[in-house]
Amino acid sequence: MSSGSPILRRRFLAGGAALAAVVVLSACGAKTDAAGTSSDKAAKIDISGDTVKVGLLNSLSGTMAISEVTVRNSLLLAIDEINASGGVLGKKIKPISEDGASDWPTFAEKAAKLIKEDEVAATFGCWTSASRKAVKPVFEKNRSLLFYPVQYEGLEQSPYIFYTGATTNQQIVPALDYLKSQGKKSLYLVGSDYVFPRTANKEITAYAKANGMTILGEDYAPLGSTEFSTIANKVKASKADAVFNTLNGDSNVAFFKEYKSAGLSAKTMPVVSVSIAEEEVKSIGSQYLAGQLTAWNYYQTTPGAANEKFVAAYKAKYGEDKPTSDPMEAAYTSVYLWAAMVEKAKSFDPEKVKAASDGITFDAPEGKVTVDGATQHISKTARIGKIGTDGLITEVWNSGKPVEPDPFLKGYSWAADLS
Amino acid sequence: MTVILGQTFTGISIGAVLLLIALGLSLTFGQMNVINMAHGEFIMAGAYTTYVLQKSISSAGISLLVALPVAFLVSGALGALLEWLLIRRLYLRPLDTLLVTWGVSLMLQQLARDIFGAPNVQTRAPDLLTGNITLIGGDDPLSVANSRLFILGLAIAAVVALSLTLRLTPLGRRIRAVVQNRDLAEVSGISTSRVDRTAFFIGSGLAGVAGVALTLVGPIGPTMGTNVIIDAFLVIVVGGIGQLKGSVIVAFVLGALQSVLEYSTTVSVAKVLVLVAIVAFLQWRPQGLYTLRTRSLV
Repeated sequence: MSSGSPILRRRFLAGGAALAAVVVLSACGAKTDAAGTSSDKAAKIDISGDTVKVGLLNSLSGTMAISEVTVRNSLLLAIDEINASGGVLGKKIKPISEDGASDWPTFAEKAAKLIKEDEVAATFGCWTSASRKAVKPVFEKNRSLLFYPVQYEGLEQSPYIFYTGATTNQQIVPALDYLKSQGKKSLYLVGSDYVFPRTANKEITAYAKANGMTILGEDYAPLGSTEFSTIANKVKASKADAVFNTLNGDSNVAFFKEYKSAGLSAKTMPVVSVSIAEEEVKSIGSQYLAGQLTAWNYYQTTPGAANEKFVAAYKAKYGEDKPTSDPMEAAYTSVYLWAAMVEKAKSFDPEKVKAASDGITFDAPEGKVTVDGATQHISKTARIGKIGTDGLITEVWNSGKPVEPDPFLKGYSWAADLS
Repeated sequence: MTVILGQTFTGISIGAVLLLIALGLSLTFGQMNVINMAHGEFIMAGAYTTYVLQKSISSAGISLLVALPVAFLVSGALGALLEWLLIRRLYLRPLDTLLVTWGVSLMLQQLARDIFGAPNVQTRAPDLLTGNITLIGGDDPLSVANSRLFILGLAIAAVVALSLTLRLTPLGRRIRAVVQNRDLAEVSGISTSRVDRTAFFIGSGLAGVAGVALTLVGPIGPTMGTNVIIDAFLVIVVGGIGQLKGSVIVAFVLGALQSVLEYSTTVSVAKVLVLVAIVAFLQWRPQGLYTLRTRSLV
């Protein structure tokens, strides 16, 4: 007995290990399947009947919900408007809404669900770059289209993603140009700890080096973090000329509260934010933000008939007190651009839609935008705004004409080392 | 120089927040040995109470002052209800208590999502608390935030009130008697089940007060409780079970450690280093900083 038990135990262990391996393998199998990485065929699109389905993939809960719910609202508005004027290729658009829950694996899971179970013709959504990076392989493997409506860090060009928000040279570079023209020589960088702020800050550092500006510090807080007193102290001690803020979600609330508590203000040390739009201003509270700068391509106050119509329609649908913002505008525009591409291609097939995309224009609320078929980005006018005490943002500078997208910053020598 | 002073104050204020969220737990977990995973949701209940009161009372200052006792009662009542419904059936079964209260915590989060919506909400801080006091003027000024001073004051007041209650009132004597020797307390004529419920009411109520304080720091959301509950348990475990003074000291030490490390490294690295320090400390002193000496055999 005493001699037999080690062998028995070894056998048992071997069996256990084999069992564990099987469990792990099958779990992996299930996972790749769910994420869609095991299939290489183009996803089916359900065009039976008189409707065509599209997916809306936004965080309706968690730390990003403050921003992403507004994007879904304006996507729904655009869909309603297009349906009211006859739909796309004679079919009404039927939105299928999924909650990414501010959690990147959830985004990938829901994207696979929309493509495979709902057989959507295209998907609109995602906000953080982390969520976009999570769903990118899903859309690529299934050859399904994603329309991404938020400014981001550039350096990306997926064949199955259309980027209708600004890339770096349409937002961050103009913001840095503006700061330089205002005589700001030193910057402090504050951001959330994930891909967009880290990449953006790399680009900002490269720009600063080439333009004689100094970066006095760089700090990241976990997404959702609400403890900013130390960062505020560090920023204060650095005596920088300005702060470049790439925080996302409601960390901004805590950051600006601490910023004010530390005795800093727009007068002593202005903050340029790239993720704070009208909706966030409303929930952070304009008393903390008045006078601070933002960089976007659209503000609720942007002049033009297309914007007046958009703002009026949005307020009529969601309430007088609801502001409109840049990502909402880009989301609204993305649905119209997709519809125009489909009409031009006379097909919902993603490959044909892509082929038809180059040169598609739309009189968006921000002004006329044109799709660049090569990069699948759109040309946009860069605008720097100042936050007012009423919570609205007024433009203090714009680029005068739409800026052509340059996601890999090929036109800038200082960006040569970025990849 | 002002940087060091500013960081010292930051450490103290982080400590005050930690202390407030851990204080109620020091009673329910520290004294009664109930691992209540729903404690964080009682903090959330306190925060949402502030939010609801601010909707009906327009003055931010008055609504905040009203919120303190109301949140205490709301969270306390939730706690007493939880104790009466579930926990009293599970005394001496810590693992079951842990699972059950965790389930309750998930249910309360979902309830908050259904009532208030999934996105986080904000409250307006009264004007008095949005500003700061300048301690040192000049071209290198040192100022401290009024809201942080308020939280510090609130934490100190809560600790004093709790320790006076435990030390001087008949209720406090009964709680201590039950903690030290339940059987002997029972044969002496103390209704231990009633004492348990009252202690749980107070501990959960203090979580509600902490929730009111947290509205001054960050947003209010269904998951805000989960974000702080681990820190609260850490404070109690390191401080030593059953002792208030251990929790107080540890809260401020952890706050100071966090602020110093955060200043010299980054937020994420500081969090890791603090956890490493805690693990190392518990290797050396597994029972925590202070322990309660009793004559009971268990």
